[in-house]
Amino acid sequence: MPSCDAIVIGGGINGLAAAGRLALSGAKVTLLETAPELGGMATLAHLCMGLDPRLEKSLALADHGLVWAERNVSSTALSPDGNHIVLKGAFAETVEGSLSAEDRRAWTSLRDTLLRNAALLAPFKAMPPPRLARDHGTPLLDLLRNGLALRRMGRDNLREFLRLMLINVADVLDDELADDRLKGLIAFDTVLGHHAGPRSPNSLLGLYHRISSEVNGQQGAIALPRGGVAAVIAALAGAVRARGVTIQTGARVKAITAEDDRVQSVTLESGEIFTTSLVVSALHPATTLLSLVGAPVLDTGVVRNVRNIKSRGSTAKLTLTLQGKPDFHGADLRSRLVIAPSVRAVEEAFNAVKYGAFSEAPVMELLLPQAFSTEPDLGRHTLSALVQFAPHDLRMGWVKGKPAFLKAIMKQLEHFAPGIGKQVIAADLLTPHDIAQHFGAPGGQWHHAELSVEQMLFLRPGVGLAQYATPVRGLYLASAAMHPGGGVNGSAGWNAAGHALAKGGAA
Amino acid sequence: MSRYDAIVAGGGHNGLVTACYLARAGLKTLVVEKNDWVGGAAVSRSLHPGFTYSNCSYVSSLLRPEIMRELELPKHGLQILPYEGGAVFMKGGGYLAMYRDHEANRREFARFSPRDAESYDRYSRDVLRHCRFIRPLLLRTPPDPTSFRPRDLSELAFLGRKLFAMPEKDIYAMIRFWTMSISDFLDEYFETPVIKAYLAVSAIIGTALGPMSPGSAYVLLHHYMGDVDGNIGAWGFARGGMGSITQALMASFKAAGGEVRTGSGIEKILVRNGRTTGVALANGDEFTAPLVISNMDVKRTFLKHVEERDLPPAFVKSVKRFKIRGSSGKVNIALDALPRFPALPDDSPCIRGDMHFTDSIERLELAYDDWKAGHFSRDPFLDMMIPTTTDPTMTPPGKHFMSCFVQYAPPKIEGRDWTDADRDAFGQTVLNQIEEYSPGFKKLVLHAEVRTPRELEAEVGLTEGNIFQGELTFDQLLFNRPVPGYAQYRSPIEGLWMCGSSTHPGGGVMGAPGRNAAAEILRSLKKPAAMGEAYAVL
Repeated sequence: MPSCDAIVIGGGINGLAAAGRLALSGAKVTLLETAPELGGMATLAHLCMGLDPRLEKSLALADHGLVWAERNVSSTALSPDGNHIVLKGAFAETVEGSLSAEDRRAWTSLRDTLLRNAALLAPFKAMPPPRLARDHGTPLLDLLRNGLALRRMGRDNLREFLRLMLINVADVLDDELADDRLKGLIAFDTVLGHHAGPRSPNSLLGLYHRISSEVNGQQGAIALPRGGVAAVIAALAGAVRARGVTIQTGARVKAITAEDDRVQSVTLESGEIFTTSLVVSALHPATTLLSLVGAPVLDTGVVRNVRNIKSRGSTAKLTLTLQGKPDFHGADLRSRLVIAPSVRAVEEAFNAVKYGAFSEAPVMELLLPQAFSTEPDLGRHTLSALVQFAPHDLRMGWVKGKPAFLKAIMKQLEHFAPGIGKQVIAADLLTPHDIAQHFGAPGGQWHHAELSVEQMLFLRPGVGLAQYATPVRGLYLASAAMHPGGGVNGSAGWNAAGHALAKGGAA
Repeated sequence: MSRYDAIVAGGGHNGLVTACYLARAGLKTLVVEKNDWVGGAAVSRSLHPGFTYSNCSYVSSLLRPEIMRELELPKHGLQILPYEGGAVFMKGGGYLAMYRDHEANRREFARFSPRDAESYDRYSRDVLRHCRFIRPLLLRTPPDPTSFRPRDLSELAFLGRKLFAMPEKDIYAMIRFWTMSISDFLDEYFETPVIKAYLAVSAIIGTALGPMSPGSAYVLLHHYMGDVDGNIGAWGFARGGMGSITQALMASFKAAGGEVRTGSGIEKILVRNGRTTGVALANGDEFTAPLVISNMDVKRTFLKHVEERDLPPAFVKSVKRFKIRGSSGKVNIALDALPRFPALPDDSPCIRGDMHFTDSIERLELAYDDWKAGHFSRDPFLDMMIPTTTDPTMTPPGKHFMSCFVQYAPPKIEGRDWTDADRDAFGQTVLNQIEEYSPGFKKLVLHAEVRTPRELEAEVGLTEGNIFQGELTFDQLLFNRPVPGYAQYRSPIEGLWMCGSSTHPGGGVMGAPGRNAAAEILRSLKKPAAMGEAYAVL
């Protein structure tokens, strides 16, 4: 019976990050991944919107082959008549194209406010969520320091910060800007990956979540690694292996066994058993606690809180293989192309999922990786699209629904790139339901648990579970469902491992 | 030109509440009202011979008991009659009955789902706990979290102590409740669509939110935190219509020596050197006073009746972006006889309560989607009541008055103003919905008054027809209400105060903004003793 200091379950970015941090502390770590490949849901992403710098530095990802093909991918708000605007620099520092002088001024000012407010939230992402109770190990000093930062921003800015904390992005955009293309794009970025429309109260937090992250020290940047997001995973895997982590793929965990509320072992489907006193699971908390540990081991309140975790995925992934380069009315293809013509278009696309239907006019983000490559053009192009909105549980059923949804997406694409339909050689659509099946993420939700206020910070993913620890001693949660949420950044895994170590880990 | 100590601009219930307290503290106080009657949106109007209409607000629960007792409103004729539960009529002929008795409701829920019946206890307990926390905050001025003044700090400390006095898991439960959508919240308790639909409506009444909008659960609390005779969450009719509340307030005000002028509204709030000097009316009259208290909403007050040059630009910007989109309308009907609803047994007490026809959260949300798109709902939500089943004083014997609160109705139709044709179509939609569940209903209609946000704005002066004088979302609650930095009833102009529902804690014929404003004003005059401490603690 093999034994090790720590077992990490799940080889996505958070599992790898957790394994790396545990290994850095000198622990003998084994990482178990069900699939034959590492990466988990990070393989769905085609861009990097924030990579935890602690991870990148401590594990020296650059030494393990992480190179950036583009440190600042621009965003193009596509217009069906070719009148696009292009947002360049980190979080749209400059805007190219026909935009009124008034909107340019207003955008500069709004951008400053949003970046300033988001930056204040960043330090909270690097610490475990505080508990709202005395004498519970809340890092009061950190809290105080972060609180003082709020006070230091000046009274007017603080008031604006508080006003914008729980507001919807649609109202903010309507208050400040006039241009539908710019507003549509920001609204789309705000709700990308979330189960929310721009008009849903509190939606602005989705944007804060994204632009409080950084890549290469640039807040709010979108970057493309050479070789795609897979290259981040490869570098991370290389780095953790170099630090002694044993990685087993194709190893599906069947059970986590506890005795006297303390972790004892991990059993694989194959029957193999690892004895260990520390398990860090990067699987969805519901999978970890209800399927692997089992409800009988837990208390009623815990089970209820886990069952109440909301995980509605509403983003689909489409990969098209095209004969030749598509033409989006002359848009520069070396850019992230966004179809979100107005705030209303994004909101109406969201309406559908409330009733278990997919959007007939979906909004989406497109990327042609070859446009960033120096390789010669061989005539075939891949178009990767993140499409919103589609529900996990389609009322008409996905068997009938999938071709219908693909048709709706193609119709929308045709509107912006006439003739693209004829270029399609192959289409691979992953609905939220497919994503849930492939990656074992209930609901197929990007952040595992929806990133909404009632599932944030000390409420993430549910009451009593926010500090990475579980009622089973030695078992920690490290998935994107944990604070500070998902994205290809590894923060949740890094925090979880850090917290496990601080708590004495296996001891 | 007459001189007063204080002038209240607008004779709605909050204006009258403020005026009462000021008059009782010995200030020579004048209330100015543009209509020929006082009451604002709490009025009884005679619009059809022999019939009294509560044509705006139609039920009462939130009016603070402190105000009722301190201003001796029962002595001045106010009587609140609690009403029996209600019913939701379902597509296909069924119905869900609601009673005033928890156990009866439990049995009714069990008819649909034993699990829901079981959850109902837990649900009621949890919601009551949240009410218990918020009720004492209603009559307190929100502290300014950016201030280091002793009063703000001690008030913040009070809130902190109150919060941390709760068990840790209750704190989390409360924060979740405050930020969730009512739909998600109810999903944690119930499985039956019609039960969820009944419970969800309190979370959307008067707001530009759908039941699936985060933050809507808080609005539910806003409708649950009242009481009738100490019965938390109960609602009642004001005998003689909602105008009885404001008539009692006016009587109380006059008994304290106050003066009321109706028939001409404020044209300008006069400002000299950064402080107010009084008001000029539309009819040319001018009155001077060192204190002017506006009962009008914050947009109307500062964008229409104060010169922009007298205000700081940042304040004007904040007021301009204050969200006050109307979401509801009203259809008031004089009936020849009591309508029959075949789904209800003939002797059902439910006809004395609030009746709805929206039997699922999805239908409610779809109605909201219409609003977002700039239309009135094709399948609207109706909160329908027949107050005359409880209070026969409002109509001739045997006849009835029916009040239909209708949601959703946008302030503008696809960006343009409402027309009379739109209004009539809106009214027809409502009558058709009732007819569907009560065949022959339309033949009973003697007169119907249809009010869209346009009519609410024109008559009552509620900007965009928003019944809460401003939406109840977190960016506009507590220290953000109405705008950051001015949540303590003061305005940037010295001597000019706000007391309407645009201020904390918002609307709903509560009177709390009016009382809180009076408390702040008297404190600034060093007369805090003129007001008692709030005591409504559970």
